[in-house]
Amino acid sequence: MNRVIAIFTKESFLVPVAAIILGLLTGAVAMLAGGFNPIQAYASLVEKVFGSSYNFGETIRQITPLIFTGLSVAFAFRTGLFNIGAEGQFIIGMIASTAVGISFDLPAYIHAPLAVIAGALAGGLWGAIAGWLKAARGVNEVITTIMLNWIALYFANYVVKAFYLQEGQQRSEMIKDSASISFAWLSQMFDSARLHWGTLLAILAAVFFYILLWKTKSGFELRAVGLNPHASEYAGMNVNRNVVNAMFVGGMFAGIGGACEILGVFHYQSIMAAQPGYGFDGIAVALIGGNTPLGVILGAILFGMLTFGAAGMKFGAGVPVELIRVVISSVIFFVAAHGIVKFFIKPLLQKKEGGN
Amino acid sequence: MKKVLSVLSVATLSLSLVLAGCGSKPEGQPGGANQGGAEGGAQGGAAPTARIGMVTDVGGVNDNSFNQSAWEGLQKLQKDLNLPQDNVSYLQSTSDADYIPNLTQFVKDKWDLTWGIGFVIGDHVKKVATENPDSKLAIIDAEVDAPNVESVLFKEHEGSFLAGVVAAKMSKSKKVGFVGGMEIPVIKRFEVGFEAGVKAADPSVEVVKVYTGAFDKPDLGKSTASQMYGQGVDIIFHASGATGDGVFNEAKDRKSKGENVWVIGVDKDQSLTFGDEVTLTSMVKRVDEAVYRVSKDVIDGKFEGGKIVWLGLAEDGVGLAETSKKNVPEDVLKLADEFKQKIVKGEITVPEK
Repeated sequence: MNRVIAIFTKESFLVPVAAIILGLLTGAVAMLAGGFNPIQAYASLVEKVFGSSYNFGETIRQITPLIFTGLSVAFAFRTGLFNIGAEGQFIIGMIASTAVGISFDLPAYIHAPLAVIAGALAGGLWGAIAGWLKAARGVNEVITTIMLNWIALYFANYVVKAFYLQEGQQRSEMIKDSASISFAWLSQMFDSARLHWGTLLAILAAVFFYILLWKTKSGFELRAVGLNPHASEYAGMNVNRNVVNAMFVGGMFAGIGGACEILGVFHYQSIMAAQPGYGFDGIAVALIGGNTPLGVILGAILFGMLTFGAAGMKFGAGVPVELIRVVISSVIFFVAAHGIVKFFIKPLLQKKEGGN
Repeated sequence: MKKVLSVLSVATLSLSLVLAGCGSKPEGQPGGANQGGAEGGAQGGAAPTARIGMVTDVGGVNDNSFNQSAWEGLQKLQKDLNLPQDNVSYLQSTSDADYIPNLTQFVKDKWDLTWGIGFVIGDHVKKVATENPDSKLAIIDAEVDAPNVESVLFKEHEGSFLAGVVAAKMSKSKKVGFVGGMEIPVIKRFEVGFEAGVKAADPSVEVVKVYTGAFDKPDLGKSTASQMYGQGVDIIFHASGATGDGVFNEAKDRKSKGENVWVIGVDKDQSLTFGDEVTLTSMVKRVDEAVYRVSKDVIDGKFEGGKIVWLGLAEDGVGLAETSKKNVPEDVLKLADEFKQKIVKGEITVPEK
């Protein structure tokens, strides 16, 4: 029991939770200012997420890509890299799996995994470009990943337009059924919500994240480089190689996320007018989750629920969808601004120190 | 244990403090008075309590364009029929993934009619309609082949033809421009009709065409317009949703510097939003009328599922804005009207692709 309490009163746990509560309160104030009823709004948000099996299933669908992009950002961050390119890696994963899903005709047990692997590799390589530029040329990865996002977006649009366009539509042809990773009977159970195996993959990816970073030698190197590249180099580690590796693995996570979105949810790729946004939300997810695998999953659940439930707020309480963005941004703000949150929960922490 | 309690109590305390101040808000929900009562496909029974919902595309409900126009149609319906305020509603989509859950939200909640606004929602409307055969849906700008969906499309090429006539006659530089959003069949109709109109009125006028690839990027619209005006184009017709806001913006900048440039608006009478000084005329697409009419049909029990309706000049579904006469001289408008009559009578067939 004491151990449980220790976990729940640890600062790393308290700060995000307090930040979330403060964020929700700020959102409530904003709603009040706009003349809406926050209790009703939050109630309809919860109602939307848990109210019906369909919506619950769709919430899971919304959460899944956020886990992937969150892991992607968190992984790179552990090696001291700020991966703003999860968005682009996600898109490249999408287009690679679309290409494999449409072009090949294989039995399902080969086709679907192959399409996912294609997405993973493509996303990984896309991430590795930024890693290589950093390692070989010293170009800041923040700049390159942002630029690569746009290249990815327009490249993917070009590929869809040039090779896979469905006549008269603004999207690619459908992928072959054998490449689909939709979870048919579970979907049925959830009233045809678009559930897919990708959710399971996301959990596995989080486990992989943990094992790789904390249970292997290369993981130790990656983290060491993140903590202090100079010391790591002095200790005989190849910093540049680790930078490329970290971006590759990070990109892989995002790439699988993109692949699952195509193979599990849409079954086609549309020509996108704007970035899908999962990569940017992934940054916030990683931040809230403290760059730990479990934290990322929890952060993604929170984000997925808030974004999906936003439509419920509009529906049930007339609150504009934009306001949920106020809530989300306030949560991010308070997570980032540790100091403010600590100020609010100071009495708690002091008590703890006094008690022990 | 104590610590857990104290954490919880602080949290609940602060929550209740803030929330306590808001108990006086009026009730928003009608309390489910008519939940499900009027559904089921039967005629008539739905009269005063009908609920009509719409799902926007990623442009959002304030796009100064067809989403907004559709929403105005619904609001007018609500006022005219004295429906409770909450009986018309919209959900905005922020990404492709949102379309199906948004449509499903209305359908599962047994709304009498659910609108999908925009070409890109077509596939999704079809999927939701097939999964929920008892529901009624309608779509603007796309053909959906399902027994419970009514599709409404516009002959944009006919209206754009008239805009082309006006542009050709009004251009001093003999160069006019077209800025499109994404290159999809709907927008293609604008482009082709516009060009045909220009050439019909004055074959010597050149048409410069650019697709920006986006409906929601005013910055892109501005830079594209800047390029075009720089090339000597003096009138731009845009069919690009919110991207077009940038076209207007650029025109205003140049106008204030004394350049004589114009924009032809789209979908709504955009002179009302962007002012007469830059808006030559607008190619109005009566999405509001269409939404109003079909929604009313549903309420009157006259819904025609599976039907595909095309609204053109003859049906007053498209045309030039009422306010055109402010900037366009009488004789040009008269010429446009002559062309209109010819199109209505079938003497001219405007190409659409």
